[in-house]
Amino acid sequence: MLNELGLNNIEQLFEVIPERLRFKGSMGLPAKATPEFEVKRRVEAILAKNKSPSELRSFVGGGCWQHWIPAACDEINARSEFLTAYAGDAYTDLGRYQAIFEFQSMIGELVDMDAVMFPLYDWPTASGDAVRMAVTITGRKEVLYPKSLSPERLAIMKSLSGTIANFRPVEYDPVTGQINLNNLRHNISDRTAAVYLENPNYLGPLESEAEEVGRIAHDHGALFVVGTEPISLGVITPPGAYGADIVTGEGQPLGLHPYYGGALLGFLAFRDEEEYANATGHRLITITKTEQEGQWGFTQILPERTMYVARDKSLTLTGTTTVLWAITAATYLSLLGPEGIKELATTIMQKARYAMMKLSEIQGIKTPVFQSSHFEEFTVNFDATKKPADKVNKFLLERGIQGGKTLHNEFPELGNTGLFCVTEVHTKADIDDLVQGIKETVAS
Amino acid sequence: MIPSVEPEIRKEVGEELRIPVHMRRKNAPKLPELSEPQVIRHFLRLSQETFGVDSGIHIHGTCTMKYNPKINEAIARSARAADTHPLQSEETVQGTLEVMFQLKRWLCQISGMDDFSLQPRGGAHAVFTNALMIRAYHNSNREGDQRSEVITTIHSHPCNGASAALAGFKVITLYPDQDTGCPDLEALKAAVSKHTAALMITDPYDTGVFDSAIDEYVKIIHEAGGLVSVDQANANSLLGKLRIGDIGADLCHFNLHKTFSAPHGSTGPGSAPVGVKAHLARFLPVPTVEFDGSKYYLDYNRPESIGKVGQFFGVVPNILKAYTWIMSMGEEGLREVSEIAVLNNNYLIKKLGGVKGVTLPWAEKQPVRLQEARFSLGKLKEETGIGVNDVNHRIIDFGIQDSETSHEPWFIPEPLTPEPPESTSMEDIETFVQTIDTVCKEAYSNPEIVRTAPHRASIAKMDLTPSSDPSKWAMTWRAYVRKNHHSETV
Repeated sequence: MLNELGLNNIEQLFEVIPERLRFKGSMGLPAKATPEFEVKRRVEAILAKNKSPSELRSFVGGGCWQHWIPAACDEINARSEFLTAYAGDAYTDLGRYQAIFEFQSMIGELVDMDAVMFPLYDWPTASGDAVRMAVTITGRKEVLYPKSLSPERLAIMKSLSGTIANFRPVEYDPVTGQINLNNLRHNISDRTAAVYLENPNYLGPLESEAEEVGRIAHDHGALFVVGTEPISLGVITPPGAYGADIVTGEGQPLGLHPYYGGALLGFLAFRDEEEYANATGHRLITITKTEQEGQWGFTQILPERTMYVARDKSLTLTGTTTVLWAITAATYLSLLGPEGIKELATTIMQKARYAMMKLSEIQGIKTPVFQSSHFEEFTVNFDATKKPADKVNKFLLERGIQGGKTLHNEFPELGNTGLFCVTEVHTKADIDDLVQGIKETVAS
Repeated sequence: MIPSVEPEIRKEVGEELRIPVHMRRKNAPKLPELSEPQVIRHFLRLSQETFGVDSGIHIHGTCTMKYNPKINEAIARSARAADTHPLQSEETVQGTLEVMFQLKRWLCQISGMDDFSLQPRGGAHAVFTNALMIRAYHNSNREGDQRSEVITTIHSHPCNGASAALAGFKVITLYPDQDTGCPDLEALKAAVSKHTAALMITDPYDTGVFDSAIDEYVKIIHEAGGLVSVDQANANSLLGKLRIGDIGADLCHFNLHKTFSAPHGSTGPGSAPVGVKAHLARFLPVPTVEFDGSKYYLDYNRPESIGKVGQFFGVVPNILKAYTWIMSMGEEGLREVSEIAVLNNNYLIKKLGGVKGVTLPWAEKQPVRLQEARFSLGKLKEETGIGVNDVNHRIIDFGIQDSETSHEPWFIPEPLTPEPPESTSMEDIETFVQTIDTVCKEAYSNPEIVRTAPHRASIAKMDLTPSSDPSKWAMTWRAYVRKNHHSETV
């Protein structure tokens, strides 16, 4: 190859970088290549410092949830074609597009909406983009949200849309943990672009007045944006059925390992209207026909909206997002089916209910803190035990149990409270061990 | 498949779920009703209808479609990596934190930057994060209102301009001169003012041209009080050859799914760490991963941080893959990566230069390109009516993945941008060039066969009208059924 180029050495090609800019030193990395055998040994030795799931039974959720991952999901997302493809069109990547379309279709079914966007980074970035859409559609700036919203998710939404939107909190009811409708009515105005409500909310309660929240938003010309956890929709009314204009959520529960929070999958569904499509710069994929009868193809909707064409005029970013995870979620939902997701959601609710019942038998413990329906997450208050939630967690850890997320920094008004999570992966014995552990801690 | 509820639990909690009647789902979602073998067969088939790096010649430019070593997958898929929760106690996840910390250190050493955040999920997300840090920096100097403009160039990745705009800046785009493919220094000087917040560019450009005036730009921007953010998405040609931090860049980012061998995953998950110089480290997203001499931990105590740009800490599987790759390659190996990639590309330039109808813009002043080259098929279009999209569709018939054209606008007429990273064999390059040559010859002798391509793809020519017709587009099957009064089931 060098001969063909008339060169003596490769270094000559790098003369295109002026001498003054070239790096001559050592980067200080391991100097030599390491054989595969040795690499595996070394990295595995580092990862051995993590507790394995069998060494640590975990009851923490808070935006990333433990579920059973069917082996078929890992099989499909390890398929080398899906793993190593990128940006071909449907002529070369028909299967990739069909899988994306199936993901979109299944999310549409779950949330009861007709239009679903190309997969996104995670739930809060999807919600941030939803806010951008609402601001564009309404020409207004103010976004109302209940104070029960996860501060982390709020911070991310602000990062994404803070230059064009103002965020204004609405009180939540201290008894039910749900949005305070009177306070919402007090705060909403003709400046409101959107009301953002998560259901179930971050602290666990189901927002049972969601439909009324939507009505209030619509009465003031604002959009109703709902964030949701998808498995709960196996048994809970989907946002599309109670008036949501835009729905966002986290797809990680749909067949993805938690990966220390590193395998998230945002989704965003919206009213199938031109105005909504024009309010986003994300890729949108449509099914289409081909010249041959009976064939399906897939292509982009209004690609001129994206940054690839609109550049600094695009309304949101797009780019490399999370398609492999969307394919995994499509596999997962195909395995579950309509009955399966109902059964799964039921299982989770029953087990979580059992945990709440048993924990509340412990003297001094109040769970759930709020008088509402709960799906998989619930608050546990330790105030009357005089034991800080952090201390409880420390004690549990010694027994190989990871307790809930402590909320004293995020929600000081809740006192000494942890946010716990129980899903289908927790057996009765696991839950009983958690209860026993907490019982012994608070008694000690 | 689903773990069951023990009878004791059922007995204890009762059968009925505690959901108010009006909040109970009435109609089940219309999900597929299939057995596991049917699901596997279906998705296996879809994977077979997808053209990845492992499938064949795949040198789509601006994307660095290199081979993704299988050892990376084997390591990243271990239960100890995959089944850890982001909120579990730090002491129980020291292994992952160590990998994250070490990768951050290595990226500093590779780039000449002082600190990194692994939080951003893709290149555009990273560039946006940098735009937010630029804002935070000027705000902290009480110049936030004054510094309202970001300068970029037309051959920088469009996420630079888009990110700056979304972060609230006015964007000024510079165009290249006639001869070099780089903006005129005077044009930059004219654009710079007390309003300049930053220069946000890609170097080397997506045209493969290395903008050798980068240090001059840095000087001009710094003198004006602005910052310089250099998109290192095209760093596959720079490993051990140039460190953007040494040249004075204040911010940069790498795409682990490009340069550092993590797979592209059919368009994500990506992972794009952002690097900054010490004077900007206080603005990095929280938490950062730190080491106190005995344990690794997440540091949230950073009051001037821009906050969070994504949930939790970063795309851990890709972080593990990049870490594994750097360890596998070593410093010598990384240098060799860039050397082979640049050699491959210039070999491709030499070979493709001989194809009738294909030209290389600015060839006289910029004969050598780094990671890729943007060719023009403008002459072919002029002489045959066949453009780059037709050619791209036709090469599919020969079993080759289509190539990048260009982001918009097509500054170069009928652009074609292949990129042959280090894992591309000489034979693959030659096959690619021969195929382009064959197709261009067809354009002169039998243009119809090119115009009507592809002929051997999975599907025939698509009807593109749903792309712009709201009454026809359908992002979900239920929308398709509704709009077409279609009775088929999924």
